[in-house]
Amino acid sequence: MKKSPSAQPQPQSLQEIAEKNEPGPNDVWELRLYVAGQTPRSIAAFANLKKICEEHLAGRYNIEVVDLVKHPQLAAGDQILAIPTLVRKLPQPLRKIVGDLRDTERALVGLQLRQAAPEK
Amino acid sequence: MSKTAPRRDKENRSLPKAATGIQGLDEITEGGFPRGRPTLICGSAGAGKTLLAMEFLVRGATEYNEPGVFMAFEETAPELTQNVRSLGFDLDELAKEKKLLIDYVRIERSEIDETGDYDLEGLFIRLSSAIDAIGAKRVVLDTIENLFAGLQNQGILRAELRRLFRWLKDQGVSAVITAERGEGALTRHGLEEYVSDCVILLDHRVTDQVSTRRLRIVKYRGTAHGTNEYPFLIDEDGFSVLPVTSLGLQHEVSEERISSGIPRLDTMLGGEGFYRGTTILVSGTAGTGKTSMAAHFVDAACRRGERCLYFSFEESAGQMVRNMRSIGLNLDQWTRKNLLQFHSSRATFYGLEMHLAIIHKIVQEFEPRVVVIDPVGSLIQAGNRRDAHTMLIRLIDFLKQREVTALLTNLTSAGDALEKTDVEISSIVDSWLFVRDIELNGERNRALYVLKSRGMAHSNQLREFLLTSRGVDLLDVYVGPEGVLTGSSRLSQEARENAARVARQQDAERKDRERIRKRELLEARIAALRKEFETEEEDAETSSAQGSSREKLIAENREAMARSRHADRVKDATVPRGRRTQ
Repeated sequence: MKKSPSAQPQPQSLQEIAEKNEPGPNDVWELRLYVAGQTPRSIAAFANLKKICEEHLAGRYNIEVVDLVKHPQLAAGDQILAIPTLVRKLPQPLRKIVGDLRDTERALVGLQLRQAAPEK
Repeated sequence: MSKTAPRRDKENRSLPKAATGIQGLDEITEGGFPRGRPTLICGSAGAGKTLLAMEFLVRGATEYNEPGVFMAFEETAPELTQNVRSLGFDLDELAKEKKLLIDYVRIERSEIDETGDYDLEGLFIRLSSAIDAIGAKRVVLDTIENLFAGLQNQGILRAELRRLFRWLKDQGVSAVITAERGEGALTRHGLEEYVSDCVILLDHRVTDQVSTRRLRIVKYRGTAHGTNEYPFLIDEDGFSVLPVTSLGLQHEVSEERISSGIPRLDTMLGGEGFYRGTTILVSGTAGTGKTSMAAHFVDAACRRGERCLYFSFEESAGQMVRNMRSIGLNLDQWTRKNLLQFHSSRATFYGLEMHLAIIHKIVQEFEPRVVVIDPVGSLIQAGNRRDAHTMLIRLIDFLKQREVTALLTNLTSAGDALEKTDVEISSIVDSWLFVRDIELNGERNRALYVLKSRGMAHSNQLREFLLTSRGVDLLDVYVGPEGVLTGSSRLSQEARENAARVARQQDAERKDRERIRKRELLEARIAALRKEFETEEEDAETSSAQGSSREKLIAENREAMARSRHADRVKDATVPRGRRTQ
């Protein structure tokens, strides 16, 4: 259903692949937050997301909130099981972060806005 | 059995079932899976979980008008469609008719991160909208355990699964959840903890390179289910479970007698042949004519207009027909009239369960009165000894239940004790005929005897078994001071006896002749003596006549003389005259 990266022109070298997969500083972020009704968890997730975006992606992000209670048929499109789920549509590749984004550090790692801290 | 029957009725009323439509499974579950409740199907990889679940949906949609949702966590809809097409299920068509909905759920661990609390409301919403879309009554989750691979937070996951099963019950759908078998537990992630109404275990074992599939109901709340392991098979008609162990010894018995096809054998069996619906074993060493006896039996049944099934594990149908023609049996005519069906396959071709399931199925389809399994020992090659034994008992019970007369042949290997069967079925058969070789004077001859035949006064005699161009013939064997003789020994003994008899006869004739001669001699002598006597008698008569005439003459002379002397007439001059006066 999702076009795999192989459908795009193949990058020539490992260097290029790495550069392509790393979100650049000027990319516009397309984010979609799936929720199910106005639950406290959904509201918390949206608030947490908003905060992260303002801090790290000010001016270059879009957040679309999809309420599955209103549009259940949309759940299949992004293979949503857990609620809330944040989907990073752009930049590629697709990332999903489930949970209310309470743990900002992990959310940043999940969104590839920060390298994971080296394991101790 | 009679005691449990009323209780079962009550249970059926209290616990509604959703029929699976799967052959045999509804029998052992007494009606199907619990309606409106989840059922767990567990088993190792390749055990047939997905197929069982899919057939539950397809049968529900096609036979019971209950649409179903298949939530696939492993395979995509096109893959599933393709996989079950070989079983004759057209999922595309069902999907078009809105009777089936496949929802593929993909979980990619690598693209998911977790942070903070979440729930599985998304799954609930998807399931709910799928159920609503087609008005589903049945749901399959195959296999929901994949969630454990995709999500890290086990605490949340378990709580959500508990909620999911609760929710499924509230929806009133009959759900089937499949799960992978775990080490030392039914499922890898302990799903049996959540699904407690009905748990079914599928097993796929390979013993001696032959695989057998088995199904067991681990638990079924509120139903007196069968607890055994039931073999099942997956073939072009889908899933079928062999419920034969649920049979008992309650079959009807028949008083009817049927001919063995060999008149002389019938007379050995109390004069009338076998009882209908019994099991007959013909055992013997190689080449003793077991198949020929079976063919006679089949021929006789077809002559009576009864349908027969012949399972041959050694010969093809064509070979059988040809070979039996050599003993004067035209089996071809019966196959053409569809009274006789041959099913030939190599015993090693399938596993034992497959064989029995096939037999089971064909018997149900063809509804024969007579079934021949030739030879039954071949089935051991397809399974192990103990399995073969239990399976055979099941098969025999199944056939008895249907009042099918079964004839089994069994090869006794040369090294074994003669009265021994490979699968130790001698105790479960009703009649046992034994054909053996008698080797004497450089030749082998066949001899037959009835080892046992329940419920009839059968002959205890050994009979010589001849295969002629007119069929099987039974002859009395020679039993005498020389022992039991058959074949040319019997013939030569008979010749010897004939010669002796002729000699005895000649001797008697000679003695007769001598006696006649003696009598003739005696009679001749008697005749001679009589002649002699007669002569003597004649002489005596002659002389006495002469005497009296002389006296008369003397008297006449004296009278004449007296007359001449003019003597006075004296009366009573003679003595006789004087005697007369006194």
